[in-house]
Amino acid sequence: MSRKKSLWIRSGRVLDPGNDLDQIADVLIRDGKIASIGRVKKPPVGAEIYDARDKLVVPGLIDMHVHLREPGREDEETILTGARAAAAGGFVAVACMPNTSPPIDNQETVRFIRHKAEEAPVRVYPIGAITRGRRGEALTEVAELVAAGIVAISDDGDTVKNSAIFRHALEYASMFEIPVISHCEDPDLRGMGVMNEGFVSTVLGMKGMPAIAEQVAVARDIGIAEFTGARLHIAHVSTAGTVELIRMAKSRGVRVTAEVTAHHLVLTDEAVRSFDSNTKMNPPLRDEVDRQALRDGLADGTIDCVASDHAPHSQEEKEVEFDAAPFGIVGLETSLGLVLTELVGGGVLTLPQVLAKMSLNPARILGIPGGMIRQGNVADLTIIDPDLRWTVDRRAFQSKSKNTPFDGWELTGCAVATIVGGQIVYRREENET
Amino acid sequence: MKWQSRHLLGLEGVSAEEIRLILDTAGSFKEILERPIKKVPALRGITVANLFFEPSTRTRFSFELAEKRMSADSVSFSTATSSVKKGETLKDTVKNIEAMRVDMVVIRHSAAGAPHFLARCVDAAVINAGDGAHEHPTQALLDMMTLREKYGSLEGLRVVIVGDIAHSRVARSNIWGLRTMGASVIVCGPKTLLPLDVEQLGVDVSVNLDEALEGADVINVLRLQLERQTQGLLPSMREYNREYGITLQRLAGAKESLTIMHPGPINRGVEITPQVADGPYSVILDQVLNGVAVRMAVLFLLSGGEPKLT
Amino acid sequence: MDAKDVQRAVARIAHEIIERNKGAKDLVIVGIRARGDYLAARVAEVIEGIEGLTIPVGIIDITLYRDDLQVVLEQPVVHKTDIPFDITGQVVILVDDVLNTGRTIRAAIDQLIDFGRPKSIQLAVLVDRGHRELPIRADYVGKNVPTSQGQQVEVRVREVDGSDEVVVVEEPFPR
Repeated sequence: MSRKKSLWIRSGRVLDPGNDLDQIADVLIRDGKIASIGRVKKPPVGAEIYDARDKLVVPGLIDMHVHLREPGREDEETILTGARAAAAGGFVAVACMPNTSPPIDNQETVRFIRHKAEEAPVRVYPIGAITRGRRGEALTEVAELVAAGIVAISDDGDTVKNSAIFRHALEYASMFEIPVISHCEDPDLRGMGVMNEGFVSTVLGMKGMPAIAEQVAVARDIGIAEFTGARLHIAHVSTAGTVELIRMAKSRGVRVTAEVTAHHLVLTDEAVRSFDSNTKMNPPLRDEVDRQALRDGLADGTIDCVASDHAPHSQEEKEVEFDAAPFGIVGLETSLGLVLTELVGGGVLTLPQVLAKMSLNPARILGIPGGMIRQGNVADLTIIDPDLRWTVDRRAFQSKSKNTPFDGWELTGCAVATIVGGQIVYRREENET
Repeated sequence: MKWQSRHLLGLEGVSAEEIRLILDTAGSFKEILERPIKKVPALRGITVANLFFEPSTRTRFSFELAEKRMSADSVSFSTATSSVKKGETLKDTVKNIEAMRVDMVVIRHSAAGAPHFLARCVDAAVINAGDGAHEHPTQALLDMMTLREKYGSLEGLRVVIVGDIAHSRVARSNIWGLRTMGASVIVCGPKTLLPLDVEQLGVDVSVNLDEALEGADVINVLRLQLERQTQGLLPSMREYNREYGITLQRLAGAKESLTIMHPGPINRGVEITPQVADGPYSVILDQVLNGVAVRMAVLFLLSGGEPKLT
Repeated sequence: MDAKDVQRAVARIAHEIIERNKGAKDLVIVGIRARGDYLAARVAEVIEGIEGLTIPVGIIDITLYRDDLQVVLEQPVVHKTDIPFDITGQVVILVDDVLNTGRTIRAAIDQLIDFGRPKSIQLAVLVDRGHRELPIRADYVGKNVPTSQGQQVEVRVREVDGSDEVVVVEEPFPR
């Protein structure tokens, strides 16, 4: 293998809250690792130069909840296209959910994904299924899956309905110090719902998914986590009640962490009035009280990370009447812009908090490298222009799918370069706006 | 007052002036239905497609008759969504409509928002003939026309809507229309059939029928789908009939001018007894006649498009 | 034309109708909205005064029979047609205020035929201003008023406008 070219990132604002770092500095990368942070007087001969003036140089962003659809629905996304979308969104690593076809419930599928990921521009960490076939009945061979490379287990998309099985999953996973990521939803209470149950669903005459369907499951899972002492991670928190349950659990010392999506922080169920199926996702967009509680919970540390729940769906499947459309939207290429515009711009989060929520915390929860800029570390970095105004254009997405409700939104701030292992895997073209 | 909207998708957001224009126009059209030749050439050359993705006899007949009375060319298509993979037919239909140069589309669909989906995709004017539990604007308009004929005005009328409010598009469109026209609305039904936060629509809510009926001018009785029992929303039809069925005994203290309406088709003996449905308070057959007039008016008002270049 | 002229014209039309039809038996009068209906009532009144029998009077709204419905920007407000009697076998006197292109009369005749099969239809107008676009002529004319294309003839009646008069106005935006 040929020696990698050195990279000299000049004069950026290097920001790393995990390291208490906030200074204008040069970052020199050699052999894919961070060689030095500070003033570089003499760059190595032949080094590539990246001018990062007025830009932020931050630990590479990590999205711990994406659906890459491969194997099974390569028409919607592949590991390669999903990874390209991740790079374009500023992410150096993603963790992909196991609801593929076949699901990631055996080591062969894990190996397949890792093999595919070798060509991908960013790091792809598979998440294994909790139960075989995601049927909620029998545990997968977690030891073997961990050995093959999974970083967590989850039956995301469904709740493990059988409480005893879920208890055993937590107990078993705790032997490997990997988290169990829970999709919290009581399927009976959720029923045939297609959107949040509330005033808007009443007006639209749509079947509702009540907040309590989520909270009942969250309460159960926290209870089991507390009982077993195992690590629980709650996926895509969407209600004020859930935030409160997690807040209380954390104060009791339960080993629970949680994530929220950018779209739940930005939109409410009012958006469904458009009948646009790109406002249909699970968990559904909730009301204003919930949205505010999510923002508060994120700011006060109750919620640990922001994830995209990137869920590609084909145009054919999504361009139908609301009831018939599948749940989910793509998010990798809008997540950072939304967070910077709505949360940093709206005074909810500081920049260091954003980096904790989108890099350090996900790395810690999944036990993967990254999240910090430190000499000798692998050079996974994101360069952000916090002032760049741009318009979301779904036709320009790297993702194979275009199902976003944010098309045409004007955002401020985005990734201008994504660096994985010292290589620039994404660079925003100057003429893009 | 001139008609401005391109489509009739619902009564939410439709102004009192617009509703009055439709009802006035419908009033003028009712006379046509009494003529020896019940037909006017107003919509000659206009093509209307009736797309019924959900079984319906009376609404479809009513629209078809209205179209024929107005001399429009119409084609009808009906199917049950359950028999085909959901979504596919609607999208295919959109393409067909575009290819066939249809001017107006009347659509009934089991999914809320299906007419809005259509309105976004095609050039034709879209009339919602019922979308899921969302809206059924022409039904509410004919209900209001019937009441206005009887009372002169809707202002101050006390209208009780009884039954399965949660799953009723008729209830929603009536609530929007009646509130806009100054009537007061009480929705009444078992708690399991009342949607969340319904009072935010500006209506009173009651689970006790006798209380709700006190001082009522109008009772609009909704059809109860028999499947609500199997869904666990009701213990039994028998119990529903006892608690919420409209019977002559229940109406003992009613005003002499009381009006009983029902959007049909009636489950006699479940939500209403035959004695009441066929009794003196009932205007159910007037509703049917007015339905044709209202739909003629809506077709006429929506047919006025952009001026054609010559 | 002032109020007196209008009154005289109406009276003359009424006399001519009686003369032509040798009385007023089987005679019904239908006025075209909105002005012709008032003139129809007045003609009927004069005939009733002379002949001593009741003349049925109806009102016709031709909106739905217009040939330019698909051309106009917004749909016009539709009023009720009100012909509460059978016209089959009757002599129908159709009354309008101004006869211009003839298109309104064509629409009115079409609509009348939908109500039954009259023995005959005769046309009475207060003003004939010319510029016919269809082969239609009036049987009874109050006054011929030659006009240019850029002019409009406005008939005002006291029931709606407060006074009876006919004026010729220049169109502000000639077609």
